[in-house]
Amino acid sequence: MSDTDTALPAQSLPVDRAETAKADAAARLSWWRGDGGEGAKRNLGLLATLVVLVVIGILTRPDLYGDPNWVWGNTLTILKLASVVGVVTVGMTFVIIGGGIDLSVGAIVALAGVWCTTVATQSYGAGGMIFTALTVGLAVGVVNGLLISYGRLVPFIATLAMLVAARGLAAEISDKQTQVSTSSFINGIATTKILGIPLLVYILVAVVAAGWVLLNRTTFGRRTVAVGGNPEAARLAGINVRRHTVLLYALSGLCCGIAAVMLTAQATSAQAAMANLYELDAIAAAIIGGTLLSGGRGTIIGSLLGVIIFSTITNLFAINNLSAEAQNMVKGGIIVAAVLVQQVQFRSLTQFLARNRATTT
Amino acid sequence: MSERTERSEGREGMPGQPRMSERTERSEGREGMPGQPRMSERSEGREGMKEVEVSTKEPLVEAPADAVAGEVVLRLTDVVKTFPGVRALDGVQLEVRAGEVHCLLGQNGAGKSTLIKVLAGVHRPDSGEVVWRGESAAFANPQAAMRAGIATIYQELDLVDDLSVAENAFLGHEPRRFGFVRRGHMARRTRQILARLGHPEIPPGRLVRHLPAAGKQIVSMARALSHEARLIIMDEPSAVLAHDEVGNLFRIIRELTAQGIAVIYISHRMEEIREIGDRVTVLKDGRTTAASLPARETPTRDLVARMTGRAIEYVFPQRPAADGTGAELLRVDGLTRHGEFADVSLGVRAGEIVGIAGLVGSGRSELLETIFGARRAQAGTVRVDGRVLRPGSVGAAVRAGMGMAPEERKSQALLLGEPIYRNVTLATFGRYARLGFTDAARERAEADRVAASLELRPRDVRRPVRTLSGGNQQKVVVGRWLLGETRLLLLDEPTRGVDVGARAELYQVIRDLAAQGVGVLLVSSEVPEVLGLADRVLVMREGRVVREAPAGELDENTVLDLVMAGSLMEGAPA
Repeated sequence: MSDTDTALPAQSLPVDRAETAKADAAARLSWWRGDGGEGAKRNLGLLATLVVLVVIGILTRPDLYGDPNWVWGNTLTILKLASVVGVVTVGMTFVIIGGGIDLSVGAIVALAGVWCTTVATQSYGAGGMIFTALTVGLAVGVVNGLLISYGRLVPFIATLAMLVAARGLAAEISDKQTQVSTSSFINGIATTKILGIPLLVYILVAVVAAGWVLLNRTTFGRRTVAVGGNPEAARLAGINVRRHTVLLYALSGLCCGIAAVMLTAQATSAQAAMANLYELDAIAAAIIGGTLLSGGRGTIIGSLLGVIIFSTITNLFAINNLSAEAQNMVKGGIIVAAVLVQQVQFRSLTQFLARNRATTT
Repeated sequence: MSERTERSEGREGMPGQPRMSERTERSEGREGMPGQPRMSERSEGREGMKEVEVSTKEPLVEAPADAVAGEVVLRLTDVVKTFPGVRALDGVQLEVRAGEVHCLLGQNGAGKSTLIKVLAGVHRPDSGEVVWRGESAAFANPQAAMRAGIATIYQELDLVDDLSVAENAFLGHEPRRFGFVRRGHMARRTRQILARLGHPEIPPGRLVRHLPAAGKQIVSMARALSHEARLIIMDEPSAVLAHDEVGNLFRIIRELTAQGIAVIYISHRMEEIREIGDRVTVLKDGRTTAASLPARETPTRDLVARMTGRAIEYVFPQRPAADGTGAELLRVDGLTRHGEFADVSLGVRAGEIVGIAGLVGSGRSELLETIFGARRAQAGTVRVDGRVLRPGSVGAAVRAGMGMAPEERKSQALLLGEPIYRNVTLATFGRYARLGFTDAARERAEADRVAASLELRPRDVRRPVRTLSGGNQQKVVVGRWLLGETRLLLLDEPTRGVDVGARAELYQVIRDLAAQGVGVLLVSSEVPEVLGLADRVLVMREGRVVREAPAGELDENTVLDLVMAGSLMEGAPA
């Protein structure tokens, strides 16, 4: 009853027709619609935040921003910085929309990175290394999923345990040593540029695009929203919630495998401590991007913007020669501010519309 | 289009002006009504209550000293409240007197909930006047309304499950000394209030989580009394109660009103309004269409006409002559889940509606969920078309052609924030997909077809389900199974919280489905509904089927006797 009484017949209200017309217009922009009207609005807010950050950059370092070549190069730097966490965040976004959380992503990246750079693995060449990284990521994700859906562990606990265990295994395998990657193909992933843009950025774009299609255009995505939004309803509609949960964590693990290859290539080595605290960056980016921590709502584009906002801040501090400590403080503040702004923005917008309607009718 | 013409006709036929000035015999009669005889009535019923009643001598719910029965305590004039795109309240008039039970009647979407929230301080009206005890009032927040003496008992009870009964009753205004909660004092006062409510057996220290629905409602009422409320608003309080518990609720309400407390009572059940109500105000489309009618004397037809804008009788569709020749779709044998139900066997033929009557806690909902595979049976089999279903698998049941509309629409069936069409296709979107890619255009077309056949209002399938009224949400849940090849439909309380007009439509939809050869298994706590709609009726009591007969051979009293015979159950079983 609580929210049912607001539904009055549409035809009695002229304002509703305007709303319907607006909905039609929104429906015509197909990519817009798929990501959800509300989500799209929120993404505009994120873009605005990004613009503000750039303006701050221009104001603090007008000398650098005067040079178009530097601006282009710096943009690529930011995107490159965002690429590894970005790939992890795509997987994380699926898990969170599906009603879960994955604290083990950083550890999975480290384990996959270490496993694919052992001497034995490297002897199979670049193909063997990539295959190993992806398989390890996927396998750990599946274990997470099985523990959660069939072992009935709370996602927080299961992935926390995996965080500890996977890093331990990574340290065991590498004997706490840094393992240098001798594959020029792998190392080349980080240095190759196509049309002047780093390959890492292409990988990020490809993963984001695939994630967007998966979430908005496939039955997998629909099931994800259903499972996260109302697991009981999904179950009673015949959706296999447990199997889907396993798939979600497997997807997250696979993304970590991809990220492991990218990160190993960047460092030309792997070690057990790599990708430290990536889980926090990924969760924060997803949340800033408007993904509901309780599940059922979120967008890939929003998560991408969240990651880019973070790397832009990092970059902003770097070009102003400020410390990493101050950076982390600001990041924390940004997380709180972004969520606050989104809430206020949305509430005041609806209130504004309501007032507007009241005066026009 | 037909929808629109129907509506506008309804408008024309709507009764003209609200009758604010009407004085009724009933409310005057109540003024002089003594509260005393009720006490003796009560002590007859329960043994072992004497002891507690002694302690209630000291009045714990002090009847407001200045409450004169019959005095107008609340008056709303032309109250308007708009939300984006919706004029939820569009000129509401309401007048409530001390010591009366004022019933609020209206279809889902008429604005009842919004009105309650305005009174409870959740929403503030855009315009119009709220006069509370002689003073113009606009409560800034729920606490302000509480302090002013208006308590609201919501349908979805707002209790904290992991706090005790006493902590819930005094939540937010715990008796304190030096910043510490006076736990003993709080427990004592809670015990007194509970005794006052006729439930001294509820321990103040018990966690609310462990109470049945009826017990939780008592705690909500205890909270209202702990605030010394002068007006208690009850939003469909009987919806969560089993049949025998409603009587207890009414007894409590009568006692409250005898002390001059006013009650605003909302219910869809006409017989309740007749029994407990003094006056009725009818809302339609956010407007008061009739104010302060006498609750007992006003003919049902008049009330329904004012609610719907058209004169319809509450009718069940014609039942076709039973031939009993349809193929048996569903066969359940010896199905058992310990503590829920035992050794249940039943069959449903194609084109047949089988009704299950039983109280809350009789195991009927659990039975339905087990047949559907949402719970795993410990013994027994479920066969569809003679083939045994894999136990505990909803997927297998759906593939076999089963569909279920569960008891709790919001928590078990709907994605409230998602568009209507995605809710309608929740069980079937995979069928419209190609290579795993969903086909939103096709889904919308299919959902729109279903929406049209169910007369869903509003028809825009891109709207979030959240914006629909209860009856229309239910249509979405039922409509989900009209897509695809559902041949067997399990309906658990399909008309709970659904208004009269939408009910008749739902009944027709269910009958039409049966006529198309769908087998229907229906559970309802409303006996007339089971008798009126089903071809064959099973009566369940304490987890067992105690009677099976064609609906024509049973009458309401027989079924009620069977349902309750020997049953002294309170609330749900363990």
